[in-house]
Amino acid sequence: MSPDYYLYLSAVLFTIGALGVLIRRNAIVVFMCVELMLNAVNLTLVTFSRMDGNLDGQIIAFFVMVVAAAEVVIGLAIIMSIFRSRRSTSVDDANLLKY
Amino acid sequence: MSAMLLAAGSAPTHEAVVFWILAPIAVIGALGLVFARSAVHAAVLLAVVMLSLAAFYTAEAAPFLAVVQVVVYTGAVLMLFLFVLMLVGVDSADSLVETLRGQRIAASVIALGFAILLVVTLAGTLDSFKSVGLAGAQGPTASDPVGKGNVVAIAELLFSRYVFAFEATSALLITAGLGAMVLAHRERTSPRRTQRQRMLERVERGGAALAPLPGPGVYADHDAVDTPALLPDGTFAVTSVPEYLQISRAVTTGDDVVRELEAGDV
Repeated sequence: MSPDYYLYLSAVLFTIGALGVLIRRNAIVVFMCVELMLNAVNLTLVTFSRMDGNLDGQIIAFFVMVVAAAEVVIGLAIIMSIFRSRRSTSVDDANLLKY
Repeated sequence: MSAMLLAAGSAPTHEAVVFWILAPIAVIGALGLVFARSAVHAAVLLAVVMLSLAAFYTAEAAPFLAVVQVVVYTGAVLMLFLFVLMLVGVDSADSLVETLRGQRIAASVIALGFAILLVVTLAGTLDSFKSVGLAGAQGPTASDPVGKGNVVAIAELLFSRYVFAFEATSALLITAGLGAMVLAHRERTSPRRTQRQRMLERVERGGAALAPLPGPGVYADHDAVDTPALLPDGTFAVTSVPEYLQISRAVTTGDDVVRELEAGDV
C-alpha cells in the first residue's frame, strides 16, 4: 500500500483538530483538539520517515510526544487554576488580558 | 516482537486492510471529538483516535512509537485529561451562545479550505516522491533477514546524534513538573481556624443544635439508620435521619411506623 494515504488521513485529522480548536469553548476540549493536531503531525512524521528511508522522522515524533506530555501537564495546571478563580473552563470567560 | 510486528506491517494487503478499517474509525472519532456535547465523550473518542494511530504506527514499521503512543498518550496524557475533567465537573457543558457572530460557519469554511489546500498540495507533490521504506535503516534486508530492529535503530540514533536533545528533554520534564506544582499550589490567605474557634462560632451563632443530634428510631422490627425517631407527640424527629438519606428518599416512610405502632404489633 502506498504510504500517501497516511498523509491524506493525517491532513484530514489535523484539519478536524484545527476546526475543534476554533469552534469549541470548553478549554479542556480545545486542548484535546490541540493534542489531536499533534497526533496528526506525528503520523506525518512517521510516514515521511518511512518514505525517506531513515529514522530521523520517528525520533522527531518521539520528541514531539515528550514535549506534548510536558505541555499537557502545564496546560491542565493552568486550566485548573483558571477554573479555581473563575469557576468555569470556558475560554470566553478568561478575557482579562484582552484590553 | 518487533520483528514480528515488522513482518505483519510489511505485508501490503494486511496494511491496506488495517488502514481502510481504522482510517474511517479515526476520522469518525475525530469528528465526534469536535461535535460531542459531553467532554468525557470527547476524551473517550480521542482515545479511539490515538489507539488507531498506534495501530498505524505498527503498520508503518514503527513499533516503538506505537508502544509509546499507547503508554504515553492513551495511558498518561488522556488519563490526565480525564482527571482534570472529573475535578472541574463533568457536567460543565459548553455554552451554545456565539460570542462572535457567525464564528462557527466561518471556522468551518476556513477548515474546509485548509483541508482542500493540504490535500491538493499533497496530491500535487507526492507523485514525484518515491517511498524508500525503512528496510535499509532498521531491517530486515535480503542479506540480514532479522535486521537491527526498530528499537535498536532508534536507540542508536537517539544516543548519538540526538543525545543533546534527549538530555534537554529531561530538563524540560523537570521544569514542567515544577511548573505544575507552582500552578497547582494555593497560598492560604487566612489563618487556619481551629476546632475551638469553630465551636465558639457555632455557639455564638445560635440556632443550631449544640447537643448531639438524636439517634434513629429503634423499634422491634426497625433499628436501621433510615428509621426516624419518634418525638413524644408521635411526629418524626427530622434530624434523627441522615440528610443524604432524606434527599435520596431512602427513609422508611413515617406512615409505615405509625401504622405499625397504632396496630400495636411493634
